Amino acid sequence: MDLTYSAREEQFRQEARTWLQVNVPAQPLPSGDTRSGFAEHLHWERHLFQAGWSVVSWPREYGGRDADLWQWLIFEEEYYRAGAPQRVTQNGIFLLAPTLFQFGTEEQRDRILPRMAAADDLWCQAWSEPGAGSDLAGLISRATRDDAAGGWLLNGQKTWSTRGAFCTHAFGLFRSAAPADSERQRHRGLTYFMVPLDAPGVTVRGFSRLDGDEGFADLFFSDVFVPDRDVLGAVHDGWRVAMATTGSERGLTLRSPGRFRASFERLCDLARSRPGGVTERLADRLVSSWLDVEAYARYTEQTVTRIVDGVELGAQSSLNKLHWSELDISLHELALELLGPQAVLDGPWTKGYQFSLSGPIYAGTNEIQRDIAAERLLGLPRSR
Amino acid sequence: MRFAFSQDQLALAEGVGAVLDDRCPPSVVRSVWNGEQEPAQQLWLRLADIGLLGALVPEADGGLGLTELDIVLCLEESGRAAVPVPLVETAVVAARLLAGSPQAERLPAVVDGELRVSVALDGSGLLPWSGFWNWALVGDGKAVYLVPAPECPVEPVSAVDRARPMAELVGMPVEAWPSADRYLLSDDPRRIALARQSGTLATAAQLIGLAERMLSMTVHYVKQRQQFGVPIGSFQALKHALANALLAVEMARPLVHAAAWAHVQDTTSAGRDVAAAKIRAGEAAGRVARTALQCHGGMGYTQESDLHLWLKRTWALQASWGQPGELRADIARALGIQSLGSGGRND
Repeated sequence: MDLTYSAREEQFRQEARTWLQVNVPAQPLPSGDTRSGFAEHLHWERHLFQAGWSVVSWPREYGGRDADLWQWLIFEEEYYRAGAPQRVTQNGIFLLAPTLFQFGTEEQRDRILPRMAAADDLWCQAWSEPGAGSDLAGLISRATRDDAAGGWLLNGQKTWSTRGAFCTHAFGLFRSAAPADSERQRHRGLTYFMVPLDAPGVTVRGFSRLDGDEGFADLFFSDVFVPDRDVLGAVHDGWRVAMATTGSERGLTLRSPGRFRASFERLCDLARSRPGGVTERLADRLVSSWLDVEAYARYTEQTVTRIVDGVELGAQSSLNKLHWSELDISLHELALELLGPQAVLDGPWTKGYQFSLSGPIYAGTNEIQRDIAAERLLGLPRSR
Repeated sequence: MRFAFSQDQLALAEGVGAVLDDRCPPSVVRSVWNGEQEPAQQLWLRLADIGLLGALVPEADGGLGLTELDIVLCLEESGRAAVPVPLVETAVVAARLLAGSPQAERLPAVVDGELRVSVALDGSGLLPWSGFWNWALVGDGKAVYLVPAPECPVEPVSAVDRARPMAELVGMPVEAWPSADRYLLSDDPRRIALARQSGTLATAAQLIGLAERMLSMTVHYVKQRQQFGVPIGSFQALKHALANALLAVEMARPLVHAAAWAHVQDTTSAGRDVAAAKIRAGEAAGRVARTALQCHGGMGYTQESDLHLWLKRTWALQASWGQPGELRADIARALGIQSLGSGGRND
């Protein structure tokens, strides 16, 4: 056991820190979940890409730095410490890209990844449907074979697609074969597609989230043609391919401890700036928050060591997601209390609070995660 | 960065776990509960045989010369078994304080199990493991002494965990005793603080083991207990309660392991890290204890169930070797949070 970073890793940290100090905008950008704010974030994403910081963990040939998981953690820590902008490209680079690395063809990787890294193509998810949220395998959007044209025709509606109204491409699951009668077979017959949103037959309708930003979209598909080259993984095998992505989403990649360390530091700043100081009770709640953040950081270091040793994360990622989603809310709840009467106003903490409440809902609700933990980690009987 | 144990450390814990499975079944814990010490004596000698009692004792004194990090998993195993013997007090705290002390010649007696030590360093004057210990490590905050039982005036008191029976020191302060000088172990505040830190860390590890055992007992129970014609473990309410209990343990354990590393490396944050480990291990074990009892229902709400032995050890260790309140205040100080208090600002 050695809980220190090597000289090489510290050098990487210094390099990232120096670049971020010089380049992070002094004034925070407007929300990337609005149309105008999104455009400003794209400038930032392209700036990151040109300096080689947009996809640090990817291979160099696709625009990355070949950073290992430890370096990725360091980069995230520095990124959030510096107060750098939210990553509006994250659904592509953290969800689709890992799936492409695992299941994509070389042609797909060469065609898609460099444009994703450069923020030329902007990817959103097309998973959930109005009738298929937690029960994703119950989705009914169809893919119909068109042999003559060498591809598929997509029909149906996807929803809650984050930043879908501003993106150029979507990835998601469609039913390509009728579901079998058996409950256990219904995950079969789904296929993973990648589709440009300017394809004929696609209609995009943005709608507001809880916080009022147009961060969501409905995607309507009406005989949208997708060529075979845009199927990711094997036909009818999309569930397995998609699960690799959702594992990535609720595992490490979307929520590094660095985010919460930075939030905790800002919470302490907020406490320091509070007129009259903080009460003993608030100080004790700050200690609880620190314990939650520290626990998550240590847990993540242990997890990364396991991954480096070749252990599959599996159902353990459900515990990860449970912890960080609850942690994010509790940090913001404490911030609201520290804000006092100011908490009636729109601001980064009040907005952040509303966003944090989505954590236990997206990427598989926390109820689903608890089912997974109970069934797969504790071995309790299935009940759905 | 590498947050994992070595093969040697894992193998040692596995070996200790196997010995405890064999020599410390619930019946042994229960025998101490019932006032019978013989099985505990047997267990103690076995722990000496396998070297665990002398694990931290320098090799020159017949020990294994290991560190707290090397044995933290073994201590988890000892918690899993709810060992009814003063392992933390003797093999960790006394072993650490004896080394380099005026009484260092007693180290071989730690290794062979002859020395059985109770400890009262927290000002409570409460000494655990009545009927078992033959030396007491007592302190008044400025100095600590290792005193033989016949010269240590105690009165029995009734303990919640009767498998860890208690006595109360009478006639403190120690330095007033005529023979105190002969028994001085240390008056170096840093050495004393580090030894207490070892005890806190070791107790945190035992709490993790207790939590794991209660969780596995409960999972086993809810899979076989049938109500409404199905195993009660298929009910989502219980599944979610147990998932939350698991989460608490999984998030506490890395804090304990990281604290063991920091303690052995003597990092600047070691005190804070050990405090965090004890707080979260205690909270996790407390959460698991409540969930375990609730899931066992009426079947668990009786001293006839072995679960009660683990519940009571959990409560005993939560209250020992560092209270959550004082540990949280330590962390607030370490983080500079306490100075934000209105009292500090008004100065």
